[in-house]
Amino acid sequence: MVPISYHLILSGILFTIGVTGVLLRRNIIIIFMAIELMLNAVNLSFVALARHFGNMDGQIIVFFVMSVAAAEVAVGLAIILLVFRGRETVNADELNLMRW
Amino acid sequence: MDFVTFFALAIPLVVIAIMVIAHPSPVYSALFLVLTLFLLAVYFLFLDAHMVAALQIIVYAGAIMVLFLFVIMLLNLQSDTQPTPRRGLGRAAIIGGVILVAELGLLLQRSSSERAESSLPENFGTVEALGSQLFTTYLLPFEITGILLLVAVVGAVVLAKR
Repeated sequence: MVPISYHLILSGILFTIGVTGVLLRRNIIIIFMAIELMLNAVNLSFVALARHFGNMDGQIIVFFVMSVAAAEVAVGLAIILLVFRGRETVNADELNLMRW
Repeated sequence: MDFVTFFALAIPLVVIAIMVIAHPSPVYSALFLVLTLFLLAVYFLFLDAHMVAALQIIVYAGAIMVLFLFVIMLLNLQSDTQPTPRRGLGRAAIIGGVILVAELGLLLQRSSSERAESSLPENFGTVEALGSQLFTTYLLPFEITGILLLVAVVGAVVLAKR
């Protein structure tokens, strides 16, 4: 059997890949996908811990995380569409109106 | 889950996740993300989370990624040709990530008090068990999630219609 730490390290690696994507890429859609990757990494650790402790609460939290992610994607992509219509760009560096 | 299954799933998972953020074309990135989500669904199956695995494919790979692909096609995005101008930030991200993973590994190695895995209840992770908990213990959060989704739908329509 694989110990729980293996699952948690895999989850940490996936989360780190997501953070790296947010910091490295300038395309807002890809930044958004990296955020989805991070959410999934967290889901993975929830499911692994639920399995480890024999308690289903972790899986229910994953259910809620998924619905929040769906809501976030719907609103976020609508905002991206709106920004693109106004500014004709999806490069995060060019959207600097609210930058100090 | 034994070690062979773990590494057979974990190594492609990490490689494809890196491809998601490394590929210049957003369409390919989205398709690699779909692949990552499918692999995670298989992973969840091995962790006895049957319902979550099904939801992962239906909600994430089915609904959310289709939305992503639709928006990419609507915006008619081309590949990023110019590299990111801030090289320093990239290097900082990679170094920080390596340090984070190393620290995590060290921390998990130190915490040697690995509890033995608890024995699983009879219907662990099935639709029935998850549903009955969702509609009893977690009824209020469930209702609030419904309202949240309604707000998101209304918000998305209002924003996109403007």
